[in-house]
Amino acid sequence: MQRVYLDNAATTRVLPEVIDAMLPCYSEVYGNPSSVHSFAQDAHKAMDESRAAVARALNASSPDEIIFTGGGSEGDNMILRGIASAYKRKGKHVITSAIEHHAVLHTLAAMEIEGLVEVTTLPVDEYGLISLEELENAIRPDTILVSIMYANNEMGTIEPIREIGAVCKKHGVLFHTDAVQAVGHIPVDVQADNIDLLTLTAHKFHGPKGIGAVYVKKGVRLPAMILGGGQERKKRAGTENVPGMVGLATALTLQMERMDDVSAKMRCLRDKMIANIAENIPYVKLNGHPEKRLPNNVNFSIKYIEGESILLMLDLNGIAASSGSACTSGSLDPSHVLLAMGLDHETAHGSLRMTLSEFTTEEEVDYVLDLLPKIVKRLRAMSPLYKED
Amino acid sequence: MYTEKVLDHFQHPRNVGELENANGVGMVGNAKCGDIMQMFIHVNDDGIIEDVSFKTFGCGAAIATSSMATEMIKGKSVDDALKLSNEAVVEALEGLPPVKIHCSVLAEEAVKAAIDDYHSRKNAEAK
Repeated sequence: MQRVYLDNAATTRVLPEVIDAMLPCYSEVYGNPSSVHSFAQDAHKAMDESRAAVARALNASSPDEIIFTGGGSEGDNMILRGIASAYKRKGKHVITSAIEHHAVLHTLAAMEIEGLVEVTTLPVDEYGLISLEELENAIRPDTILVSIMYANNEMGTIEPIREIGAVCKKHGVLFHTDAVQAVGHIPVDVQADNIDLLTLTAHKFHGPKGIGAVYVKKGVRLPAMILGGGQERKKRAGTENVPGMVGLATALTLQMERMDDVSAKMRCLRDKMIANIAENIPYVKLNGHPEKRLPNNVNFSIKYIEGESILLMLDLNGIAASSGSACTSGSLDPSHVLLAMGLDHETAHGSLRMTLSEFTTEEEVDYVLDLLPKIVKRLRAMSPLYKED
Repeated sequence: MYTEKVLDHFQHPRNVGELENANGVGMVGNAKCGDIMQMFIHVNDDGIIEDVSFKTFGCGAAIATSSMATEMIKGKSVDDALKLSNEAVVEALEGLPPVKIHCSVLAEEAVKAAIDDYHSRKNAEAK
């Protein structure tokens, strides 16, 4: 059976060049960078080069602004908790959006219960965009941080980051962006975008799992989250994951070099899928912004049927996708992102996300586009909500 | 995550659709939670469920439990069908993931709702 992987927003296949770059870090360059000997120096060099590569990819002004982490969720936790602690004299007001990843929303909710922050959650419009006017109105004298994601993981909408950065700069408020879905996929420039803090993770752009990084602009105070040794400028103790750092940097460098070609190809396949589904399946709704959208994201609500049953049918035919239905989240509520965009529960339960990568072929897309209408028809025939015209 | 039996009933659901001569119809669940089950039964003069069918909006487990429930009550008397428990449906499917147990509860409720409707229609006729 043909197998088609369309869940690249969840995680990606590691590029062979990345594996090739990582392997010597296990077998040859395995020294602890904190030691004195030549084994350590080799490892330190690999680490320094990786840090410099990440800084270049983000247009950071110095490699010192990059701190490696264990991934996206850790980065978000580190920044939210760290900034609230370091800037508590100024205040404890934090502004975020209703469509953030749970790594941001659940962390802020826990901190609010602990009395560490007061949170204003900005709504989004039907496309998932926040309003700059509402953001500006929400800023108070005691606002210490604005945390808005670069691009949404579920429906792919890209937020007006540069404009958000400008508003924050104007009011002297720190700006953090969870750029986990954006880095390596669309151009991100921390200086031009007025970003003070940023989170990224390697496995979303064909790097290894368990390694990420945060960008912390020079002058921004971020206390240590893990105490111990002096690694990562004393902000994250623990012997460094050098193979992971090399893997992250190699993947990101490759992505930056090929970004124009890869994203043009994905955009083409994405738009083919969107047009085809909208034309061939009745009662569907594209979720997310039609243009301000990640090049690899297709997300539809398919009315009258439920997401998990679509996923199962696709999986039985070798196709891997995902859904914002409750049945895939382990709770009774469907995706908070789709609900925030104004979808009713029923429509949110019937969402289908297909996320492409550079490995996705037109043949695979055609296979999915041929199969999907049949699956939808079959499930609708079973649905008490659907009445055939 | 699902047993072979669940996947079999999901892929090849038994007794799908609407029953034209149904004399009992029940609908349970709601779209908010993501599951709606509709059960149709035709009960003959001897009180035997001669035919049964279902329509379900829901996940794989919701479709499989509805399908299994229809098989388990077909040919049974109304009184026996009322004894169908959600545990029996889960057992017949060789297990369900813990988060999906509520689907089997819904299947049991759908059967009971269809039988309730049958009884109330019968009572209305008798009056």
